Amino acid sequence: MAEMDTSSGGGHKKGPGVKKAKKLSTRVDLTPMVDLGFLLITFFVFTTTMSQSTAMNMNEPKDDSTQILKVKNSGAMTILLGKGDQVYYYFGQLEADKLSQQFKSTTFKQIRDIIVTKKKATKIDDLMYIIKSDKKSTFKNAIDILDEMSICNVPPGHYAEVDMTATEELLIQKTEEANGIK
Amino acid sequence: MPKVKIPRKSTTIDMTAMCDVAFLLLSFFILATKQKPPEVLAVTPPNSISAKVAPEKAILITLTKEGKVFLMLGDETKKAAILNDINTTKGLNLSEAELNKWKKAPFIGVPLGQIKSLLAMTAEIPANKLPGIPCDSSKNEMVDWMKSINNVYAKAGTDQRVLQEMLLIKGDNASLYPAFKNIKQAFKKNEIFKFRIVTNSESVPVGSELYLNPPKAN
Repeated sequence: MAEMDTSSGGGHKKGPGVKKAKKLSTRVDLTPMVDLGFLLITFFVFTTTMSQSTAMNMNEPKDDSTQILKVKNSGAMTILLGKGDQVYYYFGQLEADKLSQQFKSTTFKQIRDIIVTKKKATKIDDLMYIIKSDKKSTFKNAIDILDEMSICNVPPGHYAEVDMTATEELLIQKTEEANGIK
Repeated sequence: MPKVKIPRKSTTIDMTAMCDVAFLLLSFFILATKQKPPEVLAVTPPNSISAKVAPEKAILITLTKEGKVFLMLGDETKKAAILNDINTTKGLNLSEAELNKWKKAPFIGVPLGQIKSLLAMTAEIPANKLPGIPCDSSKNEMVDWMKSINNVYAKAGTDQRVLQEMLLIKGDNASLYPAFKNIKQAFKKNEIFKFRIVTNSESVPVGSELYLNPPKAN
């Protein structure tokens, strides 16, 4: 290790019998400095966020009441987003006497399989996913379900965001109460 | 027979070169990492599989957890024009000096009516104390903002498509859907139907439809 020479207090006498002051090497052990350098490198590499934020494209339909999109009952699947990351869905149209059979609840983990199953079972021209978000659902839910659509390779134009109807809102409320979701 | 003595060599190596390399790398990493642009508020955006990188120069609308809306005009060249435009169209009566002061503000987070009094204040208010731009169904000032932005870009001859690429919404995971819907409403009222959402990238889940049949690169 590097040490300071403190013993050279006597001055330099020249002459016989006087020992020459030993020349100390000026080399310093750089190992700890290298350690420090690499430590800092690793620190900076790990702390800087590598992931740059990305952008997802959104296309909104024009609000045009004259153009009503007609969807075949057999090809429609309505996905409803509720609070607490809950997802509800039904196929076709809600019928008053079969509500409990039609209206099902699920989670984001399982919805992918349901979307894919529906996609495989339906002719692509008839396929339509209708996404409705509840007032209590979060921004994350809305983005996640759109992302789910692209993950499932649902072609654009085969899914749309629509406002929720009062019946559906009520149904969600009831289901939430029954399932104890707050 | 006498043993052949192998001279012992010192195991110490000259570390100078290695030290040089270490610090060279260190300085490289420090200088090469881009400084993050100042963020209005801590917002954790949702994940998506989208791989497009968000543009630097953007009109960023931030939606916080509490549902407050903030606007950041990233395009410095148009910022003054946009502020001027909203000043005249909404009759804010801001003087030249006030406008200049406003230009320096990194983001906008107060209702139009409070801008004059905010600019008169000397002390800086932390972003989380600001009320945000009102954006609900009864009073949606984002509509006015979007109109001014649209006007300025149209006057400058910017293609609508270029503007659409710049419009970013960055929302917090926990913010509620109606707030997001109101922002979308403000876009729609100004005939803007395409915009982008800032997300954290995520890899495509293994085994999913998109993973098995990736779209052809265009």
